[in-house]
Amino acid sequence: MNKLPQWADVVLVPLVSLVLAAIVAAMVLLAIGQSPLAALGIMVDGAFGTAAGWGYTLYYTTSFIFTGLSVTVAFHAGLFNIGGEGQAQLGGLGVALVCLALPWPHWSVALLAASLGAAAFGAAWAAVPAYLQAKRGSHIVITTIMFNYIASAFIVYMLVDVLRPAGQMDPASAKFPAGAKLPTLSDMPLLREFFARVNADGTPKLSKAGEVMYSNVPANVTLFIAIAACVVVWALLWRTRLGYQIRAFGKSEAASKYAGINPVKITMIAMLISGALAGMMAINNVMGESERLLQNSAEGAGFIGIAVALMGRNHPLGVLLAALLFGFLYQGGAALGLNTTIPLEMRLVVQGLVILFTGALDQMVRMLLIWLFSFGRKAAA
Amino acid sequence: MDYDTLMQILGSTIRLGTPLLLACLAGLFSERSGIFDIGLEGKMLAAAMAAGAVAALSGSAWVGLAAGIGASLIFAALHGVASITFRGNQLISGVALNFLASGITVLIAQALFGQGGRTPPLVGSARFHPIELPFVEALKDVPLIGPLYSEVISGHSILVYAAMACVPLSWWVLYRTRFGLRLRAVGENPAAVDTAGVSVVSLRFAAVAITGVLCGLAGAYMATALQAGFGREMTAGRGYIALAALIFAKWRPWQALGATMLFGFFQALALRPDVVEGVVGMKVPVSMLDALPYILTVLVLAGFVGKAIPPRAGGEPYVKER
Repeated sequence: MNKLPQWADVVLVPLVSLVLAAIVAAMVLLAIGQSPLAALGIMVDGAFGTAAGWGYTLYYTTSFIFTGLSVTVAFHAGLFNIGGEGQAQLGGLGVALVCLALPWPHWSVALLAASLGAAAFGAAWAAVPAYLQAKRGSHIVITTIMFNYIASAFIVYMLVDVLRPAGQMDPASAKFPAGAKLPTLSDMPLLREFFARVNADGTPKLSKAGEVMYSNVPANVTLFIAIAACVVVWALLWRTRLGYQIRAFGKSEAASKYAGINPVKITMIAMLISGALAGMMAINNVMGESERLLQNSAEGAGFIGIAVALMGRNHPLGVLLAALLFGFLYQGGAALGLNTTIPLEMRLVVQGLVILFTGALDQMVRMLLIWLFSFGRKAAA
Repeated sequence: MDYDTLMQILGSTIRLGTPLLLACLAGLFSERSGIFDIGLEGKMLAAAMAAGAVAALSGSAWVGLAAGIGASLIFAALHGVASITFRGNQLISGVALNFLASGITVLIAQALFGQGGRTPPLVGSARFHPIELPFVEALKDVPLIGPLYSEVISGHSILVYAAMACVPLSWWVLYRTRFGLRLRAVGENPAAVDTAGVSVVSLRFAAVAITGVLCGLAGAYMATALQAGFGREMTAGRGYIALAALIFAKWRPWQALGATMLFGFFQALALRPDVVEGVVGMKVPVSMLDALPYILTVLVLAGFVGKAIPPRAGGEPYVKER
């Protein structure tokens, strides 16, 4: 037997990869003299133990859904977009320009405009590598890496020389107007009851005026847009002609060309969608959280998209679950940084291990599983 | 800009270009054998941390250098196992190892020294110091040649001269030895090499190991010669610039020297915005200079400055037919 049943390929391979990554991560913790179990406990408690923890976990999840979907769409077209980080930063620029342009009357109008701005800027930043790949055969992996660096230099230039208000020292844009403030989960009726602050004895904490107080969390309305984006991407890839063309092109460029699919068009469209999704991330972090454009606004979320897409097996539902997993890792990792001497960089180690096992050593995991399956079969016979 | 300033900038060009050169030659061996390596950055970073930490603990820069090469070789071996043995995606493996390196270096440095992920500042014999070449004093007063000799040619650490020696050495290995011929062949047409009875797997592992050693040198140079100790993310994208230089050089050793020194020159200029302003006559944002190597690389990739054709079998795992 040299093939795995489909359910094992879809479910077991990523799970086993994850377990292997966790085992190596635990060994790293042991090596630096920390207890992996205690660390896991703190992470779970920090990410899911409190309502505020959930607020942060879901905030990170939102960003990772966008960047994970971005990598997924490109992957289906056979393109490896490492440029999510740069595209997300440019998306941030788009958000900032839109938000600062007008005194927005209501957040919903601002959100619509800012989403368009973010998507347009992200897509524009992906368009150049896409065009060079399609027309001139320049390797998209290298060009998108280069565009990440060019993006961060460009953003620094924009913040230092263009967007920085007079008299401000730190390189950042002005604060967005109040009308562009997105409601967080703790601002929403019904949902906010979950974020009510409680005293030690379990009674609700009341303000001086006698009103219930709520934790202020960064997770915001963008979460729902991200979940909607999962559905849209799923429908696009598996329920439309374009999606079929994208997947066919990714499977076999030669066959799809023969079937009359235009490779230049598909490369461009797939990368524009990919860039737009990465750019859309900015409405979560730039508009929803920092409310002004900062240097390095994407904070590595663009790269985490790679891990999320690999872990989620390039399916929107998988991306959603993997984004939640990485949201947990990020918020849990932050809790580790606060409560233990384990540095925040532990998150990078786990991220690297997950990418390594799910993306590069998947063949090894598959061989291992095939071996185990044949073992079970022999025992049964 | 006067002559002395130019000489100073050229001197720092060489200092800043050296890690790029070593990493670029590292990438050259790997990619010429058909293994894409975007993990140069991670290997350099791991080597820088190991070299900085071991040099600080042992007090010897040479022991630190050996540790740096060792750390880089471990990462190279991981990349080799993932991309050669298990035929995984070489790009993804490289990305993964870069993340792993940027996390684990800080973790280890923090666990060892508890100084926020840095290694302690290196002093004395724990660092490679500049070497004064002979006749610097004698030539000092000769116009033009004197400053050129003392600022640009003399006064670098031994690793800089070693890196320069690696250029003709790499050329000789690649183009004048049997190993080099086979290595280039395995990157173009592994099936042909296999048919000739030479092991594709061992050739590619050998190439990846050379990459490990050269990245180790580059990282150790960063931590024990260019700077005095390791700091988090100290390689700051140099692995990617080296990759850019490799494409700019079209995968050839002498051109790699030219490309890395050009990019080193940009980095040296970015440190002296006053000089740039004086020459151009207007204020140039430093971020523009930072972005220049990347923009140039994109132009090269786009084929506007000569066509860059990578080794034909690059990035594809070799599956022996049965």
